[in-house]
Amino acid sequence: MTTSQRLRTTVAGIELKSPVLVASGTFGAGREASSFFDISALGGIIVKSMTLTPWKGKSTPRMCETPSGMLNAIGIQNKGVDHFITDDLPWLVRKKATVVGSIAGNTVEEFVRIADKLRAGARGMAAVEVNISCPNLEDRNNMFAHSADATAEVIGGVKDALKRVPVFAKLSPNYSPLTEIAAAAVDAGADGLSLINTLMGMSIDVERRRPKLAGTYGGLSGPAIRPVAVRAVHEVHSAFPHIPIIGQGGIATAEDALELILAGANAVAVGTANFVSPTRALDVARGLHDYCVRHEVASVAELVGSVKLEG
Amino acid sequence: MMVRPVEMLQTTGEVLTHKKYGEAYHSLTIVSPTIGERARPGQFVNIKLRDDSAHILRRPFSVYRMHKRGGWASTIEIVFDVRGAGTQHLASLRAHHVVDLIGPAGRGFVLPARRAHCLLVGGGIGAAPLFFLADELRNDGHRVDFILGARNAGLLLNPIDVRRLASVYRITTDDGSQGETGRVTDALLETMQRCETEVVYACGPHPMLAAVSQVCADRKIPIQVAVEELMACGYGACMTCVMPLRKPASKRGDGNGETLVYARACTEGPVFNGAAVVWNGAGSAEPVSPDQSELSPSGVPVRGAVIEDAGHFAPPGN
Repeated sequence: MTTSQRLRTTVAGIELKSPVLVASGTFGAGREASSFFDISALGGIIVKSMTLTPWKGKSTPRMCETPSGMLNAIGIQNKGVDHFITDDLPWLVRKKATVVGSIAGNTVEEFVRIADKLRAGARGMAAVEVNISCPNLEDRNNMFAHSADATAEVIGGVKDALKRVPVFAKLSPNYSPLTEIAAAAVDAGADGLSLINTLMGMSIDVERRRPKLAGTYGGLSGPAIRPVAVRAVHEVHSAFPHIPIIGQGGIATAEDALELILAGANAVAVGTANFVSPTRALDVARGLHDYCVRHEVASVAELVGSVKLEG
Repeated sequence: MMVRPVEMLQTTGEVLTHKKYGEAYHSLTIVSPTIGERARPGQFVNIKLRDDSAHILRRPFSVYRMHKRGGWASTIEIVFDVRGAGTQHLASLRAHHVVDLIGPAGRGFVLPARRAHCLLVGGGIGAAPLFFLADELRNDGHRVDFILGARNAGLLLNPIDVRRLASVYRITTDDGSQGETGRVTDALLETMQRCETEVVYACGPHPMLAAVSQVCADRKIPIQVAVEELMACGYGACMTCVMPLRKPASKRGDGNGETLVYARACTEGPVFNGAAVVWNGAGSAEPVSPDQSELSPSGVPVRGAVIEDAGHFAPPGN
């Protein structure tokens, strides 16, 4: 099944054996899940975001469960870009995984310096996703993804450094109109868009009258946010029909993935569901294949954006 | 830090029995040859809830007992109290129900390499992994002493078994409804001296583990604690269940004056060197609401990445 012709697709010039990837921050760099299955069978691994220097992360509690979802404030605990280049990436390449790097930072310069390091040292990376849902220290901690100007600066800088690697901007759903940020990213050179990052949320322990997360606010993920992702993908795809989109947000089943694909996603990424079952992305891919057979669709690419609107 | 890959499996297991220990605790014995034959004391299993549940995350439980032989061979037993929707669902399971499990997860307790006097200290449901540990220690010929405590008599986990397993045992309750009035820590030092304790294993709430760790560290007695941390995945991917550990002095590279490092309770723990944990930096030290607390394994031991640097962590003979 993993070699199904119906699942083969090309997104921003990257050939994928399956349109089902795993989302950043839900799969580490693949090592943990690799004890359960062969990770080369995945459409791709969008690794946990890397920063210029190692980040220690926030204090605990970092997570709480919410209805059909979870809230997290982890603070991008990671070992830094150098560790990715020397350790994680060569391991992933040996495992024959399709690797999408994910980069994060607190200043435009940090993003660009990571991109420079990747250009100089990273071999075997299919694409880079830019996690612009980070606080911008040079703009009163506003998220980059909440400003068209900041988005354009980061994406432009990263694209200058990584001319030969497809660059995806990962957009935040916490901003409206989303098409304004999408336009800024595309104009600055983004080869594609990842939609969506988590929704900002908060949960309170009423007995103690304290936030449930040490970081007070957190990112909401899981099936609870799926309709937001489907709307965001549809909205952006309608405005920019030729821009490749990796749809993500609450995918747990093939049906969920199909919603995002029909809304306009060229590929999808399974996120929080990996925490429940590390093999979930393979189950989703298998279900997509079955759907194509059942609906006599030769290639999943034919389904992209094919939702029919009445009137 | 080097973390060995944990050999975990995702598998299904059939419930063999559901029973109760006292008023508070439920027990499920689950048939799982693949996990049952490989689990070590201190390791845990992560159980999926129903597919249609709004509670999407697995619930982690340390292995309370493991049965290798006889009619109960290849089974594992978990114990829990009902704290929220997840444990409510699990409490409704009966014989022949099938559950989806991931395990055995985490790094378990390190057993002494030569015969030693071992003291086990358990608070509330946190005592769960200590029963499996006591069985293994006794099988290896070690002396086992046990301090079991809880808020009240109804929350003591299987005190009858403690009497059977231990050479010396102490039972404490906060309200004096059974055993001595007070906390396990009130009985700790005296028991250690009387039993000539050489290694302490503890599991329970953070304040208890912090106090036990301090007593042991002051006397250079190895202390292994199993921590209960909120976790989303339980296999190392999500980075939510971290424990703050004192940073090994020998490591360099990501300095910047940082004094602690966050280690994952699920894969680098749940057994840690109690003397290496920065207890006042652990956010989960404060009680979380009961329905969220079921996202932490009842008594997961942590063996931190800093083991090698903390000379008095290893039990005698190691």
